[in-house]
Amino acid sequence: MSHDVALPGAAAPIDEDLAVSSARAAVRRRKLTVTGVRLLLVAVWLGSWELSATYLIDPFYYSKPSAIWGKLVAWFTQTTAFGSIWTQISYTLQEAVAGFALGGVAGVLLGIVLGRSRFVADVLAPFIKAANAIPRIVLASLFVIWFGLGMSSKIATAFILVFFAVFFNAFQGAREVDRGLVNNARILGAGRAQILWTIVVPSATSWILASLHSAFGFAIIGAVVGEYSGADKGLGLLINNAQGTFDSAGIYAGMIIITVIALVAEWLLTLLERRLLRWRPAASGSHDVQI
Amino acid sequence: MIELVGATKRFRSASGGVHTAVRDLDLTVAAGEFVAVVGPTGCGKSTTLSLVSGLEPPSHGRVAVNGREVTGIPDGVGYMFQADAVLPWRTVLDNVALGPRYRGATTSDARDRARDWVGRVGLGGFEDYYPHQLSGGMRKRVALAQTLVNEPRILLMDEPFSALDVQTRGLMQAELLRLWSGTGAAVVFVTHDLEEALVLADRVAVMTAGPATVKQVFDVRLPRPRDAEEIRLTSDFLDVYREVWESLREEVQITRERMSGRVA
Ligand SMILES: Nc1ncnc2c1ncn2[C@@H]1O[C@H](COP(=O)(O)OP(=O)(O)O)[C@@H](O)[C@H]1O
Ligand SMILES: [Mg+2]
Repeated sequence: MSHDVALPGAAAPIDEDLAVSSARAAVRRRKLTVTGVRLLLVAVWLGSWELSATYLIDPFYYSKPSAIWGKLVAWFTQTTAFGSIWTQISYTLQEAVAGFALGGVAGVLLGIVLGRSRFVADVLAPFIKAANAIPRIVLASLFVIWFGLGMSSKIATAFILVFFAVFFNAFQGAREVDRGLVNNARILGAGRAQILWTIVVPSATSWILASLHSAFGFAIIGAVVGEYSGADKGLGLLINNAQGTFDSAGIYAGMIIITVIALVAEWLLTLLERRLLRWRPAASGSHDVQI
Repeated sequence: MIELVGATKRFRSASGGVHTAVRDLDLTVAAGEFVAVVGPTGCGKSTTLSLVSGLEPPSHGRVAVNGREVTGIPDGVGYMFQADAVLPWRTVLDNVALGPRYRGATTSDARDRARDWVGRVGLGGFEDYYPHQLSGGMRKRVALAQTLVNEPRILLMDEPFSALDVQTRGLMQAELLRLWSGTGAAVVFVTHDLEEALVLADRVAVMTAGPATVKQVFDVRLPRPRDAEEIRLTSDFLDVYREVWESLREEVQITRERMSGRVA
């Protein structure tokens, strides 16, 4: 070809192949070492906790890994004080997912609309600032009064936490759209709606996705705190009940379940992000083999 | 085709004052004519193009395209911006298909036309690449195809090749001449590179140091079709280069003195 590129996939000489495969092996060795050291750290941590709780400190207050594990096994093989553990998990999960979805959609829509309209943004700026300064977690108590002990009060709490996290990022993302891209689209013949859909939304996507990671964490916090403030089912209730009966192992066990849920959600969001941000250059050095 | 009469553009400057970017600018470009605009950096060349494209209204004077006063973006205008304006989240093919899509073509129709233009700018085989996977020169080709697929009657180009290395730039100039010849489109090509202006244009307008106004217009009587690489070595080329440079040099000098005054 006549132009200024090296074609991809050009035949590489044999010694280059060798260099690449040995570099790959080095990368694999490094990964193994890193994982090994991590496992060692966890083992040392849990082991020292177990030992000191057995011989030094009072396990009544601090519990110990074996007791927590026993609690988890009991919950999953038998039942909790409020019925099957799966019912509790599914309750909390439903609340978190509903709050996350509603808060996410509302945050994205309102953020983009306000981000694109200077006038509305100027008018609402002080109200938004004030709303952001409210300690929103306290609203959980209010929502229990408004919506009762059922799911809707927890969804409302999760919603409020997620909404603000997503809203501010969508707002910022919509404001930071490159003017050059917008002008180019206008010249090419785009109308307002087309600019919104083909330029503004995709530019804001990386901002929005970044906020969704922390937002799902907020959704779970919202649901659990909501359950704390009053509920008849859910992981928050389980933890609250453990606190009431001085069952510190139960608190840790609930914490572990919530952590696992949050990690799975994080992993799913990362998959979504990879899919949506395919067009971006790979993060520096993530998959590149350095020779 | 393009008519600027006494066009003036003022901006409010950051310090609250008024900054005149373009003052009393007169320029006429006929259909099928290739006009290059040269001037020192920051003199107001980009602003002039934004007036013609309708992206900015003039503060004074008249800007007309096709005999009609410019209020919005006029029909048939294509504009290749100074900065990269391809969408990073779209493939080469979908970037080029943007214009037809915006103008109401179906996806498959837009893609067919885009595929044709991707081939014409020499990017056949790269349809499914994302912009970050391309070299700077290839991204410029995408931008060129994106603009040309709309078949503009007026083509505005703002230093489109200034970020490229010398060899790639020469190649792109040749490519532009090839694609433009026979289209009958009017071109306004802004550059600060006099050599580039003379290789490409029928006329060269020299701008004053800012605020920009047309200082002098030179006819470039070099035969067409031109070989962008060879023509710069001919004695006719060197003659006209010397003549225009004489005029441009003073303005560059003034700009330089202002800059060093500001830095000192
Ligand atoms: N939108 C704007 N607001 C304020 N000043 C501007 C704006 N656009 C351009 N200018 C000013 O006008 C002058 C000319 O700019 P420009 O047309 O981009 O110059 P050139 O393209 O010749 O390098 C510069 O001093 C620049 O700072
Ligand atoms: Mg410029």
